[in-house]
Amino acid sequence: MNWKNILTVYLKELRDSLRDRRTLLSTIIIPTFLMPALFFGVGKIASGIFSKAREEIPAIMVLGGEDSPGIVAELKQAKKLRVITAAADWKQQISDKRIRAAVQLPAGFEAGLKAGSAEPVIIYNYEGELKSGFGVTELERFFRDLRDRTVAARLAERSLPATLVKPFEFKRENVAPPEKVGGNMLGGFVPYLIIILCFTGAMYPAMDLTAGEKERGTMETLLCSPVPRVDIVLGKFLMVLTGSLSAMMFSLLSMGISAFLGGMLFTGGGTARLAAATNTAQGGAAVMPMIDPLGLFGVVAMVLPVAVLFSAVIFTVALFAKSYKEAQSYVAPMIFVVIMPAVVGMLPGIDLNLRLALVPILNLSLVCKEMLSGVWHWQYIAIIFGSSSLYAALALALAVRMFNREDVMFRA
Amino acid sequence: MIEARHLTKTFKDKKRGTITAVADVSFTCRPGQIYGLLGANGAGKTTTLRLLATLLQPTSGDATLAGFDVTRDADKVRANVGFLAASTALYGRLTARELVYYFGRLNGMADTAIRGRIKVLADELDMHEFLDRRCDKFSTGMKQKTSIARTLIHDPAIMIFDEPTLGLDVMTARAIVKFVRDCRNRGKTVIYSTHIMSEVDKLCDIVGIIHNGRLVAEGTPAALRARFGEQDLEEVFVKAVGGEAELAATLKI
Repeated sequence: MNWKNILTVYLKELRDSLRDRRTLLSTIIIPTFLMPALFFGVGKIASGIFSKAREEIPAIMVLGGEDSPGIVAELKQAKKLRVITAAADWKQQISDKRIRAAVQLPAGFEAGLKAGSAEPVIIYNYEGELKSGFGVTELERFFRDLRDRTVAARLAERSLPATLVKPFEFKRENVAPPEKVGGNMLGGFVPYLIIILCFTGAMYPAMDLTAGEKERGTMETLLCSPVPRVDIVLGKFLMVLTGSLSAMMFSLLSMGISAFLGGMLFTGGGTARLAAATNTAQGGAAVMPMIDPLGLFGVVAMVLPVAVLFSAVIFTVALFAKSYKEAQSYVAPMIFVVIMPAVVGMLPGIDLNLRLALVPILNLSLVCKEMLSGVWHWQYIAIIFGSSSLYAALALALAVRMFNREDVMFRA
Repeated sequence: MIEARHLTKTFKDKKRGTITAVADVSFTCRPGQIYGLLGANGAGKTTTLRLLATLLQPTSGDATLAGFDVTRDADKVRANVGFLAASTALYGRLTARELVYYFGRLNGMADTAIRGRIKVLADELDMHEFLDRRCDKFSTGMKQKTSIARTLIHDPAIMIFDEPTLGLDVMTARAIVKFVRDCRNRGKTVIYSTHIMSEVDKLCDIVGIIHNGRLVAEGTPAALRARFGEQDLEEVFVKAVGGEAELAATLKI
């Protein structure tokens, strides 16, 4: 093994790859712009759809209520509800999304309220449909308000204080630091994204430097040189690893910038409404989720051997192919093998144990989730780093072995 | 100097079983000589040359090039060989200069030596005009010149040409033939495979006729003409391989 040769091959491959559009796309452009696109693009679209749905005054039907004219009149006056004339096909109209919900007032509801024994009100909706959900929310708010007013009136009639039914208030306050909140929220997603990008970042350089070279006829030219095969493999492999790691680094960088800009928007005056909404939902102060930089550093360190493993495995598989197209058909399905353990790692309730610490990819996903949440199980970290390094070394040895096989390099 | 001794190469094929591509081939080629390997498609020419260039390992037999054994000293053999074939392409995304420089580095040359050598080769091959352009934009002639520069960057003692004029236009093919002759005149050991008889006539000092992986006849063109009683080298070739029927059966026509 001669590092001068390896460096020569690596620098040539680097120069060559930087001039290849497909490699640039998979290692730099997509990782850089994917996160902002997800963060701002998809977020903006979702937020737009949500706001538009919010702005709509839901059309509802009141079923029954002929003997409760006061309540029906109040419903009709409610600013955030649009009561339309009841029809026999109300169910169909909800299904067809022509109305958002219907409310069934029981017979004698108003009189029952006065007497103190009213039958339940039933709200009909389209479960899971966003706008129907908004209609239900407004109806629930209306009837909750009606109930509160009724209670207040009854207490007043009996000269009893309001604290009789509401003796105390309670509220929620977060004590976890923003890094831990961020780690819990993003702990599963960040490693998943990094694993996928590491894989796709290695894919195109690996195929181009092996099957692509065979197809273009440059592999034979290269093999005529006096450089030992192992040096050629390592030089090429380093380029594939560069592709994998640069995809990860660009992705992390862009994720950081997106999160920072998103954070500025989040905490800025323009989005006070969003902060207020979070505040209300949590019943306490809104917390801007952050990623612990130390956790992120840990993730990068743990990803290294897995990136080596990916690079070596894809390199070996692509080497077997005679053409770029053939290599694609071998390598592309491998992404499912990578996604599955990464997805399992995202699932709640799956915790790291000794057995899972030896399962490649899944172990990385799980340990990264923990590190980003500020939990450092050093014994597992050591096992995972060690086992991943071992798998990577085996895969690299296999790549060298395959490169020395005539039936692979000159497959007819 | 090239010395091949009982070179044999077999391949395993799932459908056809064991295939013998080269069987017991022995020959010698001395410095300042062009050894022509003449054979039909699939006769075993490319496999023989790949064995000599150490791209493949012989199943049995051995060969020495510039005193180095193809099995034991493969890296040293390659350091003394320039291999040019229709299948040895150029890196399209590199310029001609970058490509030749790269192969200079792979051959262990120092930067200054490479720069000097590129200057000499660009002068000889008239490459200055396109030296800094990317290879994927080249005409066939430019590509061939760049390939020649690539094979000569380390000034090897042995040149191996595997059908280098295949698919080339007349002018480029003539330039290649001239270049091969120049190699001999500079005292290099040259082995040249082809199935074009006129090239053999023009270039080769010794001809080896290969058929079904075996060397069936060998000698100077004059000696082969005398042995088979034919003036036309094509007729000599047909007789050497066992007649038209045998040749047609091999080529499956």
